[in-house]
Order: sequence, then structure tokens, then C-alpha cells
Amino acid sequence: MKKIYLDNAATTPTDARVLEVMLPFFSQAYGNPSSLHAFGQEAKHAIEEARYIVAQFIGAEQEEIIFTSGGTESNNAAIKGVAYARRDKGNHIITSKIEHHAVLETCHFLEKQGFEVAYIPVDEFGVIDPADVKKAITEKTILISIMHANNEIGTMQPIAEIGKIAREKGIYFHTDAVQTLGHTPIDVSELNVDLLSASGHKLYGPKGVGILYVKKGIRMLPFMHGGDQEQGRRASTHNVPGIVGFGKAAELAKEEMAREIEQLTMLRDKLIKGILDKIEYARLNGHPKERLPNNVNVSISYVEGESMLLNLDMEGIACSTGSACTSSSLEPSHVLAAIGLSHELAHGSLRFSLGRLTSEEDIDYCLTRLSGIVRKLRAMSPLYKKEVK
Amino acid sequence: MEYSEKVMEHFRNPRNVGEIENPDGVGKVGNPVCGDIMELYIKVKDGVVTDAKFKTFGCGAAIATSSMVTELVKNKTIDEALKISNRAVAEALGGLPPIKMHCSLLAEEAFKKALDDYRGRISMPASGKPVRKLQIG
Repeated sequence: MKKIYLDNAATTPTDARVLEVMLPFFSQAYGNPSSLHAFGQEAKHAIEEARYIVAQFIGAEQEEIIFTSGGTESNNAAIKGVAYARRDKGNHIITSKIEHHAVLETCHFLEKQGFEVAYIPVDEFGVIDPADVKKAITEKTILISIMHANNEIGTMQPIAEIGKIAREKGIYFHTDAVQTLGHTPIDVSELNVDLLSASGHKLYGPKGVGILYVKKGIRMLPFMHGGDQEQGRRASTHNVPGIVGFGKAAELAKEEMAREIEQLTMLRDKLIKGILDKIEYARLNGHPKERLPNNVNVSISYVEGESMLLNLDMEGIACSTGSACTSSSLEPSHVLAAIGLSHELAHGSLRFSLGRLTSEEDIDYCLTRLSGIVRKLRAMSPLYKKEVK
Repeated sequence: MEYSEKVMEHFRNPRNVGEIENPDGVGKVGNPVCGDIMELYIKVKDGVVTDAKFKTFGCGAAIATSSMVTELVKNKTIDEALKISNRAVAEALGGLPPIKMHCSLLAEEAFKKALDDYRGRISMPASGKPVRKLQIG
């Protein structure tokens, strides 16, 4: 059976070229970078080289990059680190309703600690209006955290504009770039961000490694206490193979991103058009243009997401859904609710996220199979016969 | 989430999909908010459920439990069929993940509602023979 992976927003395969440069750091160059001997210095050299590549990739200085264990840690470290460091200045944080749980739950935690959080709504395409962010600012606002692109519906946010507003007011600005690093050009100066989170396994690097960019001069309390790694900003022995892998993944992305964006945008638009043409009562979720080059999110009326997902899986196609039925809370996606989708439409959502390995044949195969599955499920749906004839 | 082989088998090839023309009872349960809607149709003759069919909007577990409950109640007397609990439906499917147990409850409710509907449509006079009630409204 064909196996087609269209869930690259969940995780990407580690590129073989990335894996190759990581391997020696497990059992040959296994030194601890904090050690003074040759074994340690060899590892230290490797992580500093990776740091240089990553810094170059996003237009930052080397010392502005902190290696972490992943996107969730980077988001936690940035938000809590700034909140506690600037508590003397105020207790107000601004974020959006459609952030990843790593940001939302961190904010919920801080609310219990006495911080106040404003959750900015989005329009029907999932776009945040910078004017709304501006309006939410109070004299107690110490941090704004808005994601670069949404992980479910792929909508890109006007980060540079929001950053400009934050800078004018002297408020720290963090962006969760987990979905964008390696998929769309990032320059921290152009984006006007003070802090930026990203994760290795979303750009063909390994799992278990992330970065936090912290602009020089930004005050932040460390999230992990222990040794003095990362200039005392993040204790814990370095994940050397992971960091080396992140560096290689960034290097490859830098070389291949432009071509990849072009290819993925073409395939993305083909898949969107195909679904909307072939399947009645389907709609695109998210912005038609201001979206990640690899993200397709659709709602298909009268059918439920998990049953579509399982049927696609039986045909070898992997994707994801915002349906409540796949979440342990039995609540549908907060992102789809924020763009105003009814429960039925949120339950009938599917996300296909394309990647480096996706071919045009994959898209054709997916389209054929999906139409058949929707036909089969609609035939057994009590909603279909009532509303459509 | 992991489904048992039996759940996947019923999900792949659901039994008794569709509607019954001139059913003796129809049970509709669920709502779009929770993400599962089931409609269950039954035919009853001489106190025996002679046929059962369903239409379901919902997840894998919702479809599999709908399929299983129709299988379990078919050719059972009403009394026997009423004893089939949601646990029995889940067990017949080789178990359900804990967060999906509500799907089996929905299947049980759908059948019970179909029976209620059937009982509402008939009256049971002393002769024991069902007589169709006049439909009002």
C-alpha cells in the first residue's frame, strides 16, 4: 500500500543529511561541552558552529541563541522568564486566542500566579488586527506574545507590524515561530521581535531540541537552574547531537527554502482547489493567501473528522483533524472556534500539511481517496440527507 | 487513540447502514456540539425486533457502536433487547478507549428511544396484539 505522510506540521522526518552529521556525536565525539579536555572542546566547537549557523539563518548574533529541548520549552521559558523578570514593571500580558497550547497554558498558569492576560480575537481568516493589540495595551503591559503562523490553519500574522507597536511602547515582544522557521524567511530585525521560539523537528531536524532567540539586553529569568550552560540562561548538559542536527537542518533550510516554498505552494493550492472542486459543501479554513506554504485546512460538511482521518489512514494517508473526537477533552479546536466555525464544521475539519517529500502524485492520490471516503461517510450521515437534496 | 480490531472491523464494514422504510420506531440521539448524532430505525413483529438500521455522524467509535448495537438487537425479543447495556455493546467490540465510552451509551440510548417511539405508536390492549394508535400532531 502507498504511504503518504501529510502531517508535517505535527513533525517532519529527520533529513538523512541531518542524521548523518548527528551520528558521530553519540559515541565518538561524546564529550561534555562544559569539559575542558579535548573531548569536551570538540563537542563545544560543534555546538558553537551550530549556533553560528542558526544565528545567521535568522539574522541574529550567536550569543542571542539559546538551545532548549524544543518549542514548548522555548515558549515556556520566554513567557515565564519575561513575566517574572519584569514583574516590577507590571503584570499584564497580551496574546491571542489561537496560540498553541504551549503558549495558552503558560498564560493560564501565569493568570493563577496573579498576572492578567488579554486574549486578542482573530477575524474569520484567523488574522490578528494589530490595532486590536494596540488597544489592549495598558500601562502594566510587560509582554506581547503572538505566533508567527498558526499550526492548525496556517494563517500568517502581521508580526512586523505588531512588533513595531510593541517597540514604540517599550513592551517585550515574543513570537512562537515553531511552524515558520525553515518554511518561510525569518529575520528577527525585520520582524521587530525580542524573543522567538522554534523547534528542530518541524524543519527536518531531530526531536528534543529547540531554540529561543533572546535579543541582547532583554531581561529574562532562567527557566532551568543548575550549571552555567548557555551563559547561565539555561542549565542542563547540552544535547550535542540534537544541537548539531538543528544546525544542519537550518543550513539545509537556508539553501533549499526558496525552491521548497515555490514547490509546496503549488502543491498546496492544487490540493485546496481539488478538494473545493471535487467535494461539495467543503470550505477552506484560514487565509487563502497569507498562509503557510505547506498548510491545507478544510472543513467538510456532514462528516466527522476522526472518521475521515481513520479512513484516510486505512488508505495509507496520514493527516490530522480539529474534531473534538480526537481530543481527550472532547472539545473541538479552539482555533476553529476562534475563526467562528460552528461545531459541525469544526468536527468536520482536516489538516493536511505537506513537506519536502510530498509529490504531485501524492496530492492526486489523496484527492481521489478523499472524495470516495466523503461519499461513503455521507451516505451514512443523518445530517446529509436532511440538509441536502 | 487505539481502537480494538473489532472496532476497526465494524468501522471498516459497518453492518445495517441506512434507513428502514415505514419503521416501527425511530430513535434520534446526540447533537452536533458533542460531535455524534445517531439515528436508529427498528422493525418489530410479534414482540421481536426483526430489523434494525442506523445512520450516524460521528467518530470511529460512534460508527462501530451503531453497527454493533443493530447487530445485537436484531432478532431479539423486546425484553431481551432491552437488557443490552452500553457495556455489552462495548464488550462485544472488544472494548473502547475510556473517552469513547460515551459513544456506546449513545448507541444504547438510540435503541431505547427507538423502542419508546415504537411503544408510543402502538397500544397494547388485553388481547396482547399491538394496535396502531392514531397519530396525533
